[in-house]
Amino acid sequence: MQGYLRKDGRKGIRNYVAVAYLVECAHHVAREIVQPHREDGAQVIGFPGCYPNAYALTMMERLCTHPNVGAVLLVSLGCESFNRFQLAETIAASGRPVETIVIQRSGGTRSSIQAGRDWVARQIEDLAAQETVPMGIDELIVGTVCGGSDGTSGITGNPAVGLAYDRLVAGGAACIFEETGELIGCEAIMAARARTPALATELRQAVEKAARYYDTLGYGSFAAGNAEGGLSTIEEKSMGAYAKSGSSPIDGLIKPGDIPPRGGLYLMDVVPDGEVRFGFPNIADNAEIVEMIASGAHLTLFVTARGSVVGSALAPVIKVCANPETYARLAEDMDVNAGRILSGTPLHEVGDEIYDLTLAVAGGARTKSEDLGHAEFILTYKSFEPIGPACLPG
Amino acid sequence: MPQDTGKGVLLRLHATDNVLVATGPVGPGCALVSEGGRVDVQTAVTLGHKVAARDIGAGEKIVKYGVPIGSATQDISAGAHVHVHNMQSDYTPTHVLDATAGGAG
Repeated sequence: MQGYLRKDGRKGIRNYVAVAYLVECAHHVAREIVQPHREDGAQVIGFPGCYPNAYALTMMERLCTHPNVGAVLLVSLGCESFNRFQLAETIAASGRPVETIVIQRSGGTRSSIQAGRDWVARQIEDLAAQETVPMGIDELIVGTVCGGSDGTSGITGNPAVGLAYDRLVAGGAACIFEETGELIGCEAIMAARARTPALATELRQAVEKAARYYDTLGYGSFAAGNAEGGLSTIEEKSMGAYAKSGSSPIDGLIKPGDIPPRGGLYLMDVVPDGEVRFGFPNIADNAEIVEMIASGAHLTLFVTARGSVVGSALAPVIKVCANPETYARLAEDMDVNAGRILSGTPLHEVGDEIYDLTLAVAGGARTKSEDLGHAEFILTYKSFEPIGPACLPG
Repeated sequence: MPQDTGKGVLLRLHATDNVLVATGPVGPGCALVSEGGRVDVQTAVTLGHKVAARDIGAGEKIVKYGVPIGSATQDISAGAHVHVHNMQSDYTPTHVLDATAGGAG
């Protein structure tokens, strides 16, 4: 495996130019800047809100300094509240080229697009000349999410990812699983795997917080398609989702944007702290993927059963299809056919395939969603307190 | 017992489970259980859905993976489809679209 060495010592498995809009009003210009460079590594990310939000600023700082990012163009309308100055300083301090285009001061849409395209073209040329360095499994951060789950997820795709996670953790990688709203009902058995009793308490409390939060909203983290595929309750969905974590001890609890300090297995608490505000914690699967990436994930293992087709900006997504009927319909979108476990393929064989594919994609192999041009991105308002000292026992 | 129907079997995920999972379409009629034996499945049940392994009383926990995943809201007889119409979460309610919740579509 080879990686792109960054100033902070982390290594990237891709070398993207991120074009970041800082309010929805600048989204079109950012998208048009990227359009001719989509195949050359330029990608759109951004935050749509005009009102300031500390979480969104932190997330954008982490994303723009993610090891898979080599250079960043900020696209501002000019009058939004987002602190573009702080974001540009953070990016510059990370050793990356950064430029800000303010549409209101650049002559409007057409000239902003032209200036942006010129800058991006120069960065792509420079990045192409960058040498790579050797990179080990112990320098890799992997995330996992599930979306469009059904009654097959918990018996095929999720436990297969769990086996791959066990091997990755054993090899020194940092592996992150989530989401606390989809672990409701599993809190006791999960807490029993914590490295320390104090961490066990934190894990339990994170799930209890999620249960309270969703109770206030009146909906669990449960979509209509989950029921169509045979899942009846959030607890049932949770037990399936929990299987993604494998069987390693749990080394820590992090929140979006916290970067695992070393290899091991980490739970990400994605449910906001404090009173319920800003709506649902994660409005769609890509919000969870973005949070994994903000915590340094180089790539994400996405288990789907109903058949999600998404990828992501900034970090490849490997799609593991849990349901054999779905795989037959959507094979072009799926990287792994885990549903064949139902017709007799041993679980460990699929686990090994996911492990091998993870290393191959980290080594540069393209995923199905990358080939299809998927580069989804979504970031919305949230509010978090920092994690406590018990969350990351040394 | 009637002939086997559908191409799925019923999977028991844990020894203490009172529900089984269909690995493909089963019922109405007899279906094989992965560990041996058969269950007379009362209705058509699709991939990933649950079938009662034995009679389950109203209020009793539904057990899958060896852990409770909710409670029965009515008496459920062996071979019945176990889903949102006869069980509920012990945490937050489940939101479904009536048109698709049955799983047959």
